[in-house]
Amino acid sequence: MLTDLHKQLLNDFQRDFPLSARPYQDIADRLGVTENEVLTALKDSTIQPFISRIGPVIRPNQIGVSSLVAMAIPEIHLQSVADKISAYSEVNHNYEREHRFNLWFVAMAADAEHLSLFIEKVERETGYKTMPLPLVNDFFIDLGFKLELNHA
Amino acid sequence: MDEIDRQIMHATQAGLPLTSEPYQTLAEQLNLSTDEVMRRLSAMQDNGIIRRIGAVPNHYRLGYLFNGMTVWNVPDEQIDELGLKMGQLVFVSHCYHRPRHLPDWPYNLFAMVHGKTQAEVDAQIRICAEILGSANQGYDVLYSTRILKKTGFRSR
Repeated sequence: MLTDLHKQLLNDFQRDFPLSARPYQDIADRLGVTENEVLTALKDSTIQPFISRIGPVIRPNQIGVSSLVAMAIPEIHLQSVADKISAYSEVNHNYEREHRFNLWFVAMAADAEHLSLFIEKVERETGYKTMPLPLVNDFFIDLGFKLELNHA
Repeated sequence: MDEIDRQIMHATQAGLPLTSEPYQTLAEQLNLSTDEVMRRLSAMQDNGIIRRIGAVPNHYRLGYLFNGMTVWNVPDEQIDELGLKMGQLVFVSHCYHRPRHLPDWPYNLFAMVHGKTQAEVDAQIRICAEILGSANQGYDVLYSTRILKKTGFRSR
C-alpha cells in the first residue's frame, strides 16, 4: 500500500534527485526520516511497482534515433503480429490501442538509415504497412506530473 | 556525449542502485571514479541530454487506469504556440508534434492524458479542446488496451 513516505518520494522527487555521495540520506534529512526508511520505501515502490525506476531520464534521440510507428492489423492477426513486433530488440515500447491503427510501438536504431531499414524489415516480415510518426518537435515543459494520490 | 556517457546512461536505465552510495556502486560497475560519474551526470543534466533525475511514476499502478493518447489536427503555423500551451497542462505528461499521413492520419499534435476515471479524462479532453479553440480541425482519442512491451530507454 501507498504510505505518506511513498507519496512524498513520488511527488517531490520526480526531478532534482541529489547528485551527492549519499543521496538517499539527503532525501531522508529533508523528509525527517532515516536513510534506511527511504531505501526501504523506494525498494518497495519499485516492487509494487508504483515507480518504474528512479534515475536519469534522457531527452529523445540522444542515444540513437527513434520513431513512433503505428500499424493497422486485422483483429484475427493482431496477437501474432504484436508478438513478432515485441520480440524485436529494436522495439522498446509496444501498445495495443482501440483504433483502426491498433498497434503502436517505438522503434530505435543507431542512426536514421538503420531505423528505416528496420521499419522496412517489419513490413516485410509481418506483411503489413507501417505508418512512421517520428518526432518533429517535443513540447516538453519540466513541471513533473503531479500525482493525485489520495485515493490510490 | 561520448562512450563513457553512453555507458553511464545504459547502466542507469533500469534505475540507480538502491544502495547507500549509488554513484559509487555505479562507478565500481563501470570502473570509473565516483567523482567522474557524478560530474558526468551533472554535465549531461546541464547541457540538456538528461532532462531530470528522479522517480518515474507508473501511472497504471497508481490508479491512473485511463491513459489516452489524444491526437489533434491543428494548422502547422500555430502548432508551436498551441503545443506549448497543451504541454503545460498538469494532466498532460507528453506533448509532441508528429507528421500527418494523409489521407489515413490527419493529426499532427499528440498529447498524453492520464485520469482515474473515464469522466476525468473526458473533462481533460474538453479542456484541451477549449485551449485549441477554432484551431482544432478534428481530433481522436486512442486508449491503450494492453501494454505489450515496455523496456529499454525511456526518454521523456
